[in-house]
This record gives sequence, structure tokens and C-alpha cells, in this order.
Amino acid sequence: MTDQYQSKLVIPEAPFRPGDKPDYSFMSLPSPNESIKPDCMADPAEMKDLAYGMVRVLDDDQHAQGAWDPQLSIEKLQAALEYMVKTRIYDDRMFRMQRQGKLSFYIKCLGEEAIAVGQAMALQFGDMLFSTYRQQGLLFVRDRGLVDMMCSCLSNSKDNQKGRQLPTLYSWKEGNYFSVSGNLATQFSQAVGWAMASAYKGEDHIASAWVGEGSSAEADVYHALLFSAAYRAPVLLNVVNNQWAISTPQNMASGGTTFAARGLGFNLPSIRVDGNDLLAVYAVTEWAAKRARSGGGPTFIELFTYRAEAHSSSDDPNAYRAKDEWQSWPLGDPVERLKIHLIERQQWSEEQQEELEANLTKKISQAWKEAESFGTLEDGPHWPLESMFDDVFKDIPPHLRRQRRKLEM
Amino acid sequence: MATMSMVQAINSALDITMERDQNVLCLGEDVGYFGGVFRCTAGLQEKYGQHRVLDTPIAEAGIIAAAIGMGVNGLRPVAEIQFADYIYPAFDQIVSELARLRYRSGGEFFAPVTVRAPCGGGIRGGQTHSQSPEGIFTHVCGLKVIMPSNPYDAKGLLISSIEDDDPIIFFEPKRCYNGPFYGDPHQQAVSWAGHPKGEVPEVYYTIPIGEAAIVRPGSEVTVLTYGTMVHVAEAAIEKSGIDAELIDLRTLLPLDIDAIVESLQKTHRCVVIHEATRTSGYGAELIADIQEECFWFLEAPIVRVTGWDTPYPHAFEWHYFPGQERIIEAMKSTLET
Repeated sequence: MTDQYQSKLVIPEAPFRPGDKPDYSFMSLPSPNESIKPDCMADPAEMKDLAYGMVRVLDDDQHAQGAWDPQLSIEKLQAALEYMVKTRIYDDRMFRMQRQGKLSFYIKCLGEEAIAVGQAMALQFGDMLFSTYRQQGLLFVRDRGLVDMMCSCLSNSKDNQKGRQLPTLYSWKEGNYFSVSGNLATQFSQAVGWAMASAYKGEDHIASAWVGEGSSAEADVYHALLFSAAYRAPVLLNVVNNQWAISTPQNMASGGTTFAARGLGFNLPSIRVDGNDLLAVYAVTEWAAKRARSGGGPTFIELFTYRAEAHSSSDDPNAYRAKDEWQSWPLGDPVERLKIHLIERQQWSEEQQEELEANLTKKISQAWKEAESFGTLEDGPHWPLESMFDDVFKDIPPHLRRQRRKLEM
Repeated sequence: MATMSMVQAINSALDITMERDQNVLCLGEDVGYFGGVFRCTAGLQEKYGQHRVLDTPIAEAGIIAAAIGMGVNGLRPVAEIQFADYIYPAFDQIVSELARLRYRSGGEFFAPVTVRAPCGGGIRGGQTHSQSPEGIFTHVCGLKVIMPSNPYDAKGLLISSIEDDDPIIFFEPKRCYNGPFYGDPHQQAVSWAGHPKGEVPEVYYTIPIGEAAIVRPGSEVTVLTYGTMVHVAEAAIEKSGIDAELIDLRTLLPLDIDAIVESLQKTHRCVVIHEATRTSGYGAELIADIQEECFWFLEAPIVRVTGWDTPYPHAFEWHYFPGQERIIEAMKSTLET
């Protein structure tokens, strides 16, 4: 039977697996001049092409081109580069600390830095961010203290989450950065509720939420799409398509088309953007934020990128991915691209880049030493043990007080 | 004082809190224009506007997620889940998000959401309109779980719930929406008029969360229950002639264990009743707590009267429902020991 048996079941396959030689020549990449830029209040029906194309600003030579060029000042571009480099060096340091056993876990965003950095720069500080664990760049743009971030990863005595969350699942209320759950996609539909409340109160703040392309399969994403469309909530719904959900390729969740296309069924402006192009990311976010703030409601954005590292410190991509996939990625490295763009405009140099990297490396090392002085996960000091029973409820009810007494005995 | 059904009392609680606080709003399936399938939000949209009494898509997880986001942004949303049986699509948003947000964020964020859900059977609702899932939610740390049994308590507890900064699952025993139910479906239905707990002040008042009420003092056995079963137990006690002390728990979590211990110190015997299924039900937790606190002065094993461990059967509803006879039998068995 096994000889003749031919299954009719179709299983989405990864383009490449270990042993394959990655070749993305099949991928058609439009030039920056191909994407139209509609008025930010335009009817979604007039911009359906944006869901299937790809908004780009930096061309293959890293020159800014086309209607979407946000015309950022040199200072802004240099700041963006700095945030991206900071994110990368921070990630690198934290990952090594995980390997040395100082952290229980870590998630890098290597190759995706332009997304969080570009989007945070295009948003206002009062806008609420419903991040996943792979948008740490949002925090750098909002100037979250390095030591605070590290203390959160170390679950030590200075951790603002009191030692309750895994590393990378940050929370920062003062910075309008919503607590990262760890359960996937749940924050996507919550962001819509936040945005509905903002509109209800007549405020101008908008919400922005992120989800991975893999977890876009969760029902919460459809709830977010529908609720935001129904109530025209001022929210940006971002799907970061980094091609891989741990070991599962993006086509397991895409249905064979773009992720952006999914927004069209909800009558939302739906835009696919080169996520490795900081200028394009900025431009699309700025457009969508303006639309939301002007009462135009939500925009669905697919940020097309590549997850250059493992999913987390707990998996080895060599077990499921072809070697050198990232090196073959046709949309390149976002940090290199912005750097070359600035160098080409004679507004940056390799020397300045080296100096920036050296300075940030030093700063991050200093911050790490300081963070460690507040304790580590294994050796403490942590928050006082009895704090374990705080915040389950606003006030500690009798049964938890009894349990706390038992623990202390 | 006015006579109110439980529906009217709930409506009054919503009306008063919305009047007092601009940040209170209602959302749910059919709650707006129509006023809710059980009429609990009737007239509110007309009075407060579409933006404060929101009809929603049929997506319970979306409703709760939206309520969480609203709560984080300073509002006090009251989300209606049309039937408690429909709450499961929202389970992840309730358990992993709503319940744990304050804790996981180190106290930075919280969402003061009240989730209202009509529960319980005896209405010919079959297995999808009759469930009592309270025990599933008392198992989740971070949620307060409430089930009133009458209009007076429903109003006072709902106002407390909406004003509370913790997430609340507020179960409404729908068999008692329009009158107390004593467990006999053949008896003519009665309204809340004439029942002392049907007398409800029209003004603002609260009942503290976490306090049980003694419905009927007694000396022979303590009967612990909540929701519809309070009335069934009361009728059973009367019929049996047993001098039982009947306690309406009202709040299941946090539990008023002190009231229970005090009663058992007097009676030394206990029957626990709920309509929900038996295994791993809330009654199991009650009994475990009681034996830890009261073992040395108990004179008989604690007995449970519950729904059977089957889905709620449409045709055999009254065989499933833990009626007066089963309660009397249970009380007798504790007294015989």
C-alpha cells in the first residue's frame, strides 16, 4: 500500500531547508518608484495594490527614491542609525549573557531593527505601544534606561516587574509601552480596545500593535481587524513577516498571498513595506499614524523582513533552516543599508560608524555592570520574597495573606 | 424602595454607575440598540448614547480584549457575555491577560473590567445555555468571582464590582432573573414582588465583595450555596423541618471563610450545594478549605449536592438539576452520622 499511496494533502513547504543553497531570485522586488502614495484619508479600495506590492524608498544602491521618501533630516537619519546599532549591540551583549548563564532566556531582533526604530520614530510619545518581544528598538527610541531594561531581564531587585516575567517581556508604563504578555497575539486586539477608549475620550493618542506573521494565525488578529474596522479605531496593526515562526515557514500562515492582503477583506488600508528599509518603514508608519489621528481609523501593515537569528536562545536554526539564508536575503541588512545611504550622502563615514559602535559597546558594558550590582536571577538580590503575593489583586485578600504567612514560616 | 426583578436591579446598577462615572461603559452582543437578550441593558443606549453602550461583533475574545484595552486606557468597561456558555472563546483573554496583567507588569498596568454572564439552567436551554462555569474561574488567580442570588444583592454587588480595580467575573443566575426559583418546575413561577430581596433602593448603594450572607440562621447543619440554589435550599430546609443554617456565599472568590467557620462551630455539620457539575467543582474547594479549618469540630462527613458530571441534558433537565429532594436527603445523611 505504501508504494502506491499518494496523499492528496498539501503541506506548505519552506523554500529552503538545511542542505539547500538559498536563492531568492524568484522573489520579485518592485523598485521604489513603483508604489503610489495615496492621500492619507483615501478610500482603501483605491490602494489595493499596496497590499500586494512593496513600499520601498531605498533602492538597490541605497539612494532614496519615489513618492514615499519621508525626506527625513540628516539628524533624524543619524539618530535612527544610532538606535538601530544600539539595539544590535544590546541584543548581542544580552545574548552572550544568556549563554554565560546570567539570563534564563533571550530573544534577539537581528535584521529587524529598522522596524521598531522606524515606527517608534514616526509615532508620538503619547501613542501606546503594544509590542511583541521582538521590538526592543521601540524602547531605545523612547529612551528607556539601559540599566532598567537589563534589570528587567535579570529579574533582580530593581526589576520594575518585580521578577515576574521572562527576559525581553518588558513593561514600561511611563514610556507608554504596554506590558508584553508572552502569549502570542493577545495584545493585538487589546490595542484596538485601547484605541477605542482614546477615541471615546476624544483624545489624539493612537495605539500601535505588533504581531509576528506566524502568530497572525491566532483568532485575536481577526478580532483586531474586525473591531478596528467596525469602530474605526485609531490603531496601527503591524504584522512583522520575518519569514519564520521558530521552524515553520511564513507560508504556513499566509495562505499563499501577502499578509497585507488579509486587511483588504476588512476594508482596511493594507500596505506591505520593505521592513529592512528604515525610510520606507518610517514613511508608511507616518502615513498610517496621520490617518488614524485624522479620524481615518486603522491601517494594516505588513513589514517584510528576515529573522536573522534563532527564534530565541532556546532553538538552533541550523536544525531547520538553510545556512546563509540571511546572507542571501535580497533586502539586505537594515543597518548596513542606512549606513551606506548616509555615507553616499557624505553624512556619515566608516570611522564614525566604528566610533559609534565602540561608544555604545562601552556604554552597554557599563550599564551591564551597574545592572548586575542590583542582582542576578540566580544569586539575587531579588524583590523581597513576600512581594510574590502582591499585585495578584490590588489589595491582598485573606486567602493570599494566609498563604504568605505559610511561606514565611 | 421599589420592587425590582434581578434584571431591573442589574439595569439600575449599570444606570447609576454610568450616571456617576463617564468612564463606565457597556459592551457586548445585542446589548445596545436591543438592550440585551435578557433586557439587562434596556434603555441604556437611548439614555447614554451608542458610544457608551456598544453593540459588538460576535467574538467573545474580541469583546474581552477590547475591554482590557479600554480598561488600560482609563475606562471601566462592563462586558456582557450573552450566556456563560459562550465565555470559552474569551478564556485566554480572561485567564492569561485580564487576570494576570497587574501581576505580570509589576503593578504598572491593570484593567478594571467587569464581565457579566448569565449562567445556570432550569430554563430549557440545553447544554449550550445552562452551564455554571464558576469553578473554572475561581481556579484562576487574579479574578474575583461573584454570583448573587437576588435583586438586592445583584445591584449592590454589581456596583461594587464596577468600582473595583480588579477584574470581576459576575455570574447572574438567569433562572432567578424574574423571580426566585424553588426547584419545582411544575410550581407556578413567582415574581420578585413580595420577596424581601426584591425590595431594592432606587439609589446608589454597595455590598462589599467577599462577604457571605446568612439567609436563615439554624443550629443543626450549615448549608453553603449561591445563586439559584439558595432558593432551592431554602425551600428544602423549610420542607424538611431541619433547623439548618443557610449561607449564601455571594462572592466565591475571595471566599468569606470566617463566616463559614463561625457557622460550623455552631452546627458541626455541612452540606455544600451547587448546580455546576461535581468533579473538580467549586464545592470541592469549599470542602477542602472547611476540613482544613474545621476538621476537629466536624461531626459528620461534608456532603455535596451538585449537578451530575454530564453536560446539561435538554430532556432530562429536572433529573440533572439538584432539586429539593436531593438536598433534604443530603441534610438528613449528615444528621444521621
